[in-house]
Amino acid sequence: MKKKGIKIIISLILFLIALIINFNNELVNNIIFLVAYIIVGFEILRKAIRNITRGKIFDENFLMSVATIGAFGIGEFPEAVAVMLFYQIGELFQNYAVDKSRKSISNLMDIRPDFAYVERDSEIKKVDPDEVKIGEIIVVKPGEKIPLDGTVIEGDSSIDTKALTGESLPQDVNEGSQVISGCINLTGFIKIKVSKEYGESTVSKILDLVENASSKKSQSENFITKFAKYYTPIVVIIAVFLAIIPPLLIDGATFSDWIYRALSFLVVSCPCALVISIPLSFFGGIGGASKMGILIKGSNYLEQLANTEIIVFDKTGTLTEGVFEVQKVKAIDISEDELLKITAYAENYSNHPISLSVKKAYGKEIDEKQIQDTDELSGRGIVAKIENKEILVGNEKLMNEKQIKFDKCKDIGTVLYIAINRKFTGYIVISDKIKKDSKEAIEDLKKNNVKETIMLTGDRKAVGESVAKELGIDKVYTELLPNDKVEKVENLLEETSEKGKLAFVGDGINDAPVLAISDIGIAMGGLGSDAAIEAADIVLMTDEPSKIVSAINLSKRTMKIVKENIIFAIFIKILVLILSAVGLSTMWWAVFADVGVSIIAILNALRVLRVKK
Amino acid sequence: MKSKFRIKGLDCANCASGLERALNKIEGIENAVISFMTERLEIEYDENNKDEILKKVKKVIKKEEPDVTIEEI
Repeated sequence: MKKKGIKIIISLILFLIALIINFNNELVNNIIFLVAYIIVGFEILRKAIRNITRGKIFDENFLMSVATIGAFGIGEFPEAVAVMLFYQIGELFQNYAVDKSRKSISNLMDIRPDFAYVERDSEIKKVDPDEVKIGEIIVVKPGEKIPLDGTVIEGDSSIDTKALTGESLPQDVNEGSQVISGCINLTGFIKIKVSKEYGESTVSKILDLVENASSKKSQSENFITKFAKYYTPIVVIIAVFLAIIPPLLIDGATFSDWIYRALSFLVVSCPCALVISIPLSFFGGIGGASKMGILIKGSNYLEQLANTEIIVFDKTGTLTEGVFEVQKVKAIDISEDELLKITAYAENYSNHPISLSVKKAYGKEIDEKQIQDTDELSGRGIVAKIENKEILVGNEKLMNEKQIKFDKCKDIGTVLYIAINRKFTGYIVISDKIKKDSKEAIEDLKKNNVKETIMLTGDRKAVGESVAKELGIDKVYTELLPNDKVEKVENLLEETSEKGKLAFVGDGINDAPVLAISDIGIAMGGLGSDAAIEAADIVLMTDEPSKIVSAINLSKRTMKIVKENIIFAIFIKILVLILSAVGLSTMWWAVFADVGVSIIAILNALRVLRVKK
Repeated sequence: MKSKFRIKGLDCANCASGLERALNKIEGIENAVISFMTERLEIEYDENNKDEILKKVKKVIKKEEPDVTIEEI
């Protein structure tokens, strides 16, 4: 690239000398022009000759060579040099831009760990992350990247997950915390027991995904390569006719005039600028998205996202935290603490999320000696014997079955009714919390022309409807089994307009089939979840629904730039072709239509890279 | 079967798409995709004729774009 730059500068200086100083001697001038031309164009001529022998006549090296040699032929020396010189400047600029965006993406993805310190035979060895096996212990010092996924077994620290999630607040970790490769250990020494080999680690999966993303091409890209495939031959054929036919048919038309016009055609016939600016935009868009913790698996998905018409959400874990919490304790005759304690004791041996939330709310150690007996009644609750008292904990069904009179609780959520020795003693309401940005996300989606927001849930009608109402979701379908969700989404897919897309957002754990059939499957909380990364088209590394809004905005911005480039480049090229054909334009304009448009389109495409964090 | 290659030396995106078209014409190749931006070539092909197909791929590349080199990853 440097060598090319030097050649261009020397050639440009010679070109300007001949053009401005003008030696009043045509021969000297022309020799200088010729030297400038050969310095800058030799490589192109060499490739052109090589390509003719291979039968590739619509190759840009060949077209440029013909255009410039033709210009020399009809005595337009400055034009000939200018075409070649500016063509090369355009190429150089294009290489620079491509290089720059490749680099900025790889900086962005600078999460690849180079080494790992592994503990072997009571010694610490520096090895390639590839060589560390599952179950081995690695040591990570402050300031280093965590090389492999695992669990902290010693030490406290805070880790920076920004490169993966876009989240700027560091996360505290201590013994027992799961940590993800690619994060940076900030403050303390930690020892990690490795849970995944490098190839399966989060960092490898993410890198792989982003690198593969531009292999899935968007419609715009396919359109433009198809356009290029026909555009060049058509323009070249017209150029040939233009050079030959009018001088033969029209009185007074000269060959040199019409050849000049035809040569302008050849200069404009190169489609490269257009072709490069489109993948460049998508590449930038995908890179910018990953900076925000949004992984997009293909240019096609980035393109489709702008046309999202219907967004279907799963409820639990997507719009809500998916973590159940005790919201209310109502005790009769005994204290609330006492009620919570008895319930926690009764639920002690159950691993149901509801039981776990009760135990968490109680928060104290459970003395198992006090529990004499527990029996889980499926779908109803628990019967336990604690300190010689019979405890019933369960839903309405259980209370009815045991013929216990109770006050019905009208709160939204899961209600546990408790009876001690067959006497109703109160209830506990447990519910899932709505994520703090869910409501805002739904509002913003509507502002962004999403026509319908829909929520699907396996949860009870009352719970589902209350969540939907609170969030302002248009439609809600409740009490669905996993298969019902697939069926619902299939039906909804038919409701979208021809161009409109349906996006499904889930947590990627149970909804792989739905993610797969949707136009765009978005999985949330991808950090550490293989299932989500596999099944979805777009993976949000954090749990925030607001990231969907960011992704749609980015998609729209990218598509706007892509469209601007397509329309602008095609318009200018066709305009210059028409003006050249009727003789109103010069070869200088043709150079602009080629190189100038190229540079403008690339600069425009590079705008995508500038993403607000 | 799928193989991935790092592809170096492509001049421009248009050359990349031309080469991609040529590779897709090779018998036994189901799909060939070149990403100019990430310098990657991905081909899906009939596993039984792996060696033969890869030979053809190299031949086509040599004919279409003599300056281009590929390396399997």
